[in-house]
Amino acid sequence: MKKPLSVRIKNNRQYYYLLLPALIYVLIFCYGPMYGLIIAFKNYKGSLGIWQSPWIGFRNFKDFFELYNFWDLIRNTLVLSLYSLAAGFPIPILVALSLNELKGRFKKISQTILYAPHFISMVVLVGMMATMLSPSVGVVNTLLETLGMDRIYFLGESKYFRHIFVWSGIWQNMGWSAIIYIAALSNVDMNLHEAAAIDGAGRLQRILHINLPCIMPTIIIMLIMSVGNIASISYEKVFLLQNDLNLSVSEIISTYVYKRGILNANYSFSTAIGLFNNVVNVVMLIIANTISKKFTETSLF
Amino acid sequence: MKKHSLFDVCNTLFAVLLVLIVLYPLIYILSSSVSDPVRVASGEVVLFPKGFTLLGYRRVFEDSSILTGYANTIFYTVVGTLINMVVTVPAAYALTRPGLPGNRIITMIFMITMYFSGGMIPTFLLVRSLKLYDTRAVLLILGAFNTYNCIICRSFFASMPKELEDAALIDGCSPIKTFLKIVLPLSKALLGVMVLYFAVAHWNSYFNSMIYQVDPGKQPLQLVLRKILILERTSADMLGGSEDYSAERYQVAQLIKYAVIVVSSAPLLVVYPFLQKYFEKGVMIGSVKG
Repeated sequence: MKKPLSVRIKNNRQYYYLLLPALIYVLIFCYGPMYGLIIAFKNYKGSLGIWQSPWIGFRNFKDFFELYNFWDLIRNTLVLSLYSLAAGFPIPILVALSLNELKGRFKKISQTILYAPHFISMVVLVGMMATMLSPSVGVVNTLLETLGMDRIYFLGESKYFRHIFVWSGIWQNMGWSAIIYIAALSNVDMNLHEAAAIDGAGRLQRILHINLPCIMPTIIIMLIMSVGNIASISYEKVFLLQNDLNLSVSEIISTYVYKRGILNANYSFSTAIGLFNNVVNVVMLIIANTISKKFTETSLF
Repeated sequence: MKKHSLFDVCNTLFAVLLVLIVLYPLIYILSSSVSDPVRVASGEVVLFPKGFTLLGYRRVFEDSSILTGYANTIFYTVVGTLINMVVTVPAAYALTRPGLPGNRIITMIFMITMYFSGGMIPTFLLVRSLKLYDTRAVLLILGAFNTYNCIICRSFFASMPKELEDAALIDGCSPIKTFLKIVLPLSKALLGVMVLYFAVAHWNSYFNSMIYQVDPGKQPLQLVLRKILILERTSADMLGGSEDYSAERYQVAQLIKYAVIVVSSAPLLVVYPFLQKYFEKGVMIGSVKG
């Protein structure tokens, strides 16, 4: 016997009080901007406001697709995120598999140290690189010189930008991203290992044939989420690493949105670009999820 | 047996290598921050400090913009984290109530925000129209609710034994009181991890301040750091001495950079090891899946 809805709502009203601040926040600050997205299809004027500004259809999108550096933005964004994914995704798995085989104090201390860079801010990370890679006083260039090589202005040459971005990200996050796999590995059934050991399987074989398959669902979920974020790389870090010398490879969609929108006040145009970026993300996420559902029976939703 | 120990040796070496890669830049910065800047610049400092000095730290602690930024950051971190907790944790608890009408819809409303958002510009326009531009409040409010952390909390609450909670409810204790008096005291591990997650995000963020705040008096430490470390704008009075450019001034500027990195990062790096044992619980995959 289910009570009528109004009674159930009344009986649960205190739970709604607990939900209220979150709901209010989300409706105003998450869904409010979603409403604001309609200016992508308008010629937004501050004096007229969002609703009164005139509709212009898809002109902002058309302007974006015809932009002289449209393909540069797309290429830079995709190359940077695919490179990040290809290099940054497997390494935490490797780290977790390795840490999982360690024992006692050394394991714990290694974990503590590997987590540390996660707690360093983006500004500090880029600042550290600026000083350590500095052509005049940086320790890396001092080392290069001792080895008889030329000093290199790492942050000023566009050909190094992607490597610096990706590998500093790996340095910062390989330990932290490994946590989720370490947690999954702690659930692996020890009986499997004992049985395999009796059958004469070595440590490496057991990792490959027991540990790796056991954490595969976790790996797949993480992969789907990463693919869904493919068009939203950490623009906060890209922005910090950006300078006039590397702009040809470091200008990505979101940094461009910032410049056109916030700095140049082209609100409608940059909103259209942001919306395009967001839609690409959602489509990628759905594709990845569908493929995964079909072939591995693991999916996010 | 021999095969096993070979594996252990290789694996341990691999782990040691990783640890050294992570550790070296941190040690280098720390050592450089207390070394004679001339010897840092000449490449003498490789691992350990050379020519011990605290000049960099003295300049950092004498600088009013850094101190203002530091105070602002502490304010944003403490108050902002408090707001995060008040908004996010109770909502997560409510969502674990069995048979709560609208539960699925509300969860959906929250989940959608993880994958789709209005983006930078509409948010900016909203902040401006709400008269939050160039206020302190904007850094406290934006991100007050975090869906990802809410899901972590929800699965933590859902996995808690229900007996105590049900007993309290049957005894006539109100849901809110049950939550505050029974559930929260049993959730210290979760609360610790959440405080850490939120506090780290506040402490380290710079982008929102860069977009929304123009008054330097309101800006957090990270923006001051950006000026010093990345835009290389060290204020003249920080460097001291004469106004003209000289090698010495340049080296003091370098020293200040190392010191300011240490001063700004140390609080979090000192705190997190104490909460480490809870991290693994916090990120269990079950929580990612909605």
